Amino acid sequence: MIPFFAGVPGMKLGLANMAVIAVLYLMGPADAVLVSLVRILAVGMMFGNMVSILYSLAGAALSLSVMIWLKQRNWFSIRGVSMAGGVCHNIGQLVIAAVTVQTFQIFYYMPLLIISGTVTGIIIGILGGEITRRMKGMRLA
Amino acid sequence: MKRNDLILLVLLLAAGFGWLFAAHTLVSYKGDEAVITVDGKEYGRYPLSEDRVIEIGQSNEAEIANGTIRMTKSDCPNGLCLKQSPISRSGESIVCVPNKVIITVSASENAAVDTMAE
Repeated sequence: MIPFFAGVPGMKLGLANMAVIAVLYLMGPADAVLVSLVRILAVGMMFGNMVSILYSLAGAALSLSVMIWLKQRNWFSIRGVSMAGGVCHNIGQLVIAAVTVQTFQIFYYMPLLIISGTVTGIIIGILGGEITRRMKGMRLA
Repeated sequence: MKRNDLILLVLLLAAGFGWLFAAHTLVSYKGDEAVITVDGKEYGRYPLSEDRVIEIGQSNEAEIANGTIRMTKSDCPNGLCLKQSPISRSGESIVCVPNKVIITVSASENAAVDTMAE
């Protein structure tokens, strides 16, 4: 819930994704999906509504699918995976917004969302990498 | 691994900034008209040269001032459209997703020619 770039509304750092990516690396895809789903529903019911839950789900679905796939391919470290995840999260939400408003005009926001997704993604990737490194070897669940 | 991360970073930023640059400088002129659509239907066209306040149905209000337009009122939950800076160049948009209100600046053909001739 930390707002990012001033002047471009609605951008957030996405700290919750740090937990998701840490779980993905420490415990695997199934647990990451579960954590992501539970946090979207919990946060959505406390602070949001059906519409905001739908947006979160769309972003998370695309972002997590891509991150799980890229992690398996082993092309990138956690930072690259997180970057791709950040960008895909924004693209997923934008697609839902385009369907809701029924216009392609909204893709006007796309370049800024690619940039912000990349920047926030790499920050989350660095932090998530630290968590993963420090928690490796701990017994989890 | 590290090298691939860097390549991805550069590619994504290049795509983002390249697109931004293309949209804002290569294919954009100073606009002279605001087109407002509500729920996919055109609501009205307003010249940016005349300062005025535009009621958009019950839900939103926009204001034209100094050749720019911005959203001044909206009953949507987050109010993100209200936080966006005023727009004035062709193709620039303010979108209020919950109320399905879109403000787009367009350049009529005369304006485009004038700008190119400048």
